[in-house]
Amino acid sequence: MNSVFKTSFAALVAAGIVASATTATAQSLTGDLVIFSDMHDPAPRAVMEDMAARFGEMHPDLNVEVTIIDREAYKTQIRNFLTADAPDVANWYAANRMLPYVEAGLFEDVSDIWDEQMSEELASTKGALSVDDAQYGVPYTYYQWGVYYRKDIFEDLGLSEPTTWEEELANCQALLDNGIKCYTIGTRFLWTTGGWFDYMNMRTNGYEFHARLTNGEESWLSDEVRATFANWRQLIDMGAFIDDHQNYDWQEALPFMVNGQAASYLMGNFAVAPMREAGMNDDMLDFYQFVEITPDLPRGEDAPTDTFHIPTGATNKEAAREFLKFVVSAENQTLINNGDNLGQLPVNSASTVGEDKFLQEGFDMLSNRAPGGIAQFFDRDAPAEMAVAGMEGFQEFMVFPDNLEDILQRLENTRLDSQ
Amino acid sequence: MTISTDSYSQPKRGWYRRNEIAITPWLFLAPGLLFFFVYVVAPIWQSFGLSLYDWNGLGDVSTNGTYVGLENYNKLFGLNGERADRNFQISLWNNLRWLVLYLLAIPAGLMIALFLNQNVRGIRLYKSLFFFPFVISQVVVGLVFTWFYMPNNGLFTVITNLFGFQIPGGVLGNPNTATYGIIIAGLWPQTAYCMILYLTGLNAVDPEQVEAARLDGAKGRKMLWYVILPQLKPATFLAFVVTIIGALRSFDLVSIMTNGGPFGSTRVLSFYVFEKSLSERGLEYGYAAAVAVVLFVIMLVFISYFLWVMYQEEKAAR
Repeated sequence: MNSVFKTSFAALVAAGIVASATTATAQSLTGDLVIFSDMHDPAPRAVMEDMAARFGEMHPDLNVEVTIIDREAYKTQIRNFLTADAPDVANWYAANRMLPYVEAGLFEDVSDIWDEQMSEELASTKGALSVDDAQYGVPYTYYQWGVYYRKDIFEDLGLSEPTTWEEELANCQALLDNGIKCYTIGTRFLWTTGGWFDYMNMRTNGYEFHARLTNGEESWLSDEVRATFANWRQLIDMGAFIDDHQNYDWQEALPFMVNGQAASYLMGNFAVAPMREAGMNDDMLDFYQFVEITPDLPRGEDAPTDTFHIPTGATNKEAAREFLKFVVSAENQTLINNGDNLGQLPVNSASTVGEDKFLQEGFDMLSNRAPGGIAQFFDRDAPAEMAVAGMEGFQEFMVFPDNLEDILQRLENTRLDSQ
Repeated sequence: MTISTDSYSQPKRGWYRRNEIAITPWLFLAPGLLFFFVYVVAPIWQSFGLSLYDWNGLGDVSTNGTYVGLENYNKLFGLNGERADRNFQISLWNNLRWLVLYLLAIPAGLMIALFLNQNVRGIRLYKSLFFFPFVISQVVVGLVFTWFYMPNNGLFTVITNLFGFQIPGGVLGNPNTATYGIIIAGLWPQTAYCMILYLTGLNAVDPEQVEAARLDGAKGRKMLWYVILPQLKPATFLAFVVTIIGALRSFDLVSIMTNGGPFGSTRVLSFYVFEKSLSERGLEYGYAAAVAVVLFVIMLVFISYFLWVMYQEEKAAR
């Protein structure tokens, strides 16, 4: 009992210190803080606006302006506004996706705000924001990838969550025997194939090899890569994926799962919301970590991280730094990532994860069952040119697995050319 | 007594008044010329310049770009020990397919125009209905055809299933058929355009000549070939020009219907330029500029031909 009092007292004191610290800075922050954001969907938009409003309340003399731009349009507009009309804070993505901007000197080095406490609390994503040991932004959310499956279908057929490749194949065969495809996927916009490759390769060859491969340090003609594709091909030859997937985008592939024509979907956690909207409840929908392929290999996971950066052309960098610190604070992280808001995982280890079962499972998986390492995603880890060529090759492989030799040669050429 | 010539000279006129005839046309042309130079000619020269740089489009080309001379072109064509760019070759071939097949819009448009060039009740309505696809946006045309081609439940698939054959992967999902599928979608509005050009052309056909030909016993195909078509020559030329240019700048349909896929097999040059520069992962501005220059040169061949033909006609008319 005594210790409870002690800790609560300590917490109160700490809260007091934090409060006085914020009031102290509040007096000094003035002027405008211009934020450009790509959080355009209704839920993220509300989160962004609320976050700006709360930050504005903490700093009454500061005028916070948020401009929200369509997510796709943002990707092309960012290069113009970073050079021509830089905001003070801008959204972007971690790892290789931010590298060209860092190299062009468009993102500010913010290593100074990554003090010891922050580095510790944000340890899981620090690497993804570092270039040559300097940090160029902060994360604000990330989400797990994994296999979302129809629990009710599995139960009907007497199947259980697989953990090994053999079990995965056996499950899949059982589903196919009952006229149900194992996996739905829509590869029209290519990136969904990157998820499959990431997992097949990380499970076959391990995280380290995967990281070197996406970084251009390993040959696409190596035996390791061939082994990855051989494993992947087992599924393709079984007819595990839905037919004609090159015609669908990822949302158009959802109905196959909702209608029970396919039993699972390798996806990011953002797929849960539309599936629930389509009438799936927690008894019908469940999640499992991608199975082990090479035994005893430490498992790596994909967990794409979305970020905030300060452009070098920003005018109010002091307020921008304060905002970045505010974004990653444990309290704010708990709030913006809970099930009612973004419905994703907080980047701060001191925050609490939302009640939602998928968030809980994802958080547990990334914290405790991903000793191999956390990858961003194929198109964020690989350089732009390699990402496009790679995902195009994966799509071709999924449709015409016999073209593999030609595809690998092309990927190797792209790797060599972009070096 | 001498009469001073001065007193008889005309009242003094300003410089502008004296040169009015020469200057006025230029004044009227000035806004157009200004915009033409700023938004068309200058960017063309800029593209030439950019194509000599290795630049990712971030920051300023003078600081962040490296001058590489003709290296980008070497990469495109596989010269100087570089590997030829496969995607560029795919785009070039697809552009050729577009060029050839898109011309089908001209005879198709002519046929519909001949068919509609009659006086029956409600013909105006039929004409507008045939013209309709040209009025709606290319994006809508693309979407409609995408749904039309959808495997499983698309109308096209349903029809082909009735005849007992299937295109594996669907029309747009099969690399052998995807480009043709898009071209057919493009032909729909383009045919309507050619039709309207011919309809106006048919209004100008001299009825006396038709009458005379009829008295001489010409009818059917002979009438069309020897009497009507020669009079439609200006319309045909115009249809040819807009169709060729339309084929070369085919971008919207590719972008909407397949986004260049499956596995990049429906790329065309204009789409490739976009992909390499403005798209999500386009970080090769210099390279994209080189592709744009190649596309410009191809267009220039046709445009020079068009201009030459028009110049010859002007000369003949004088």
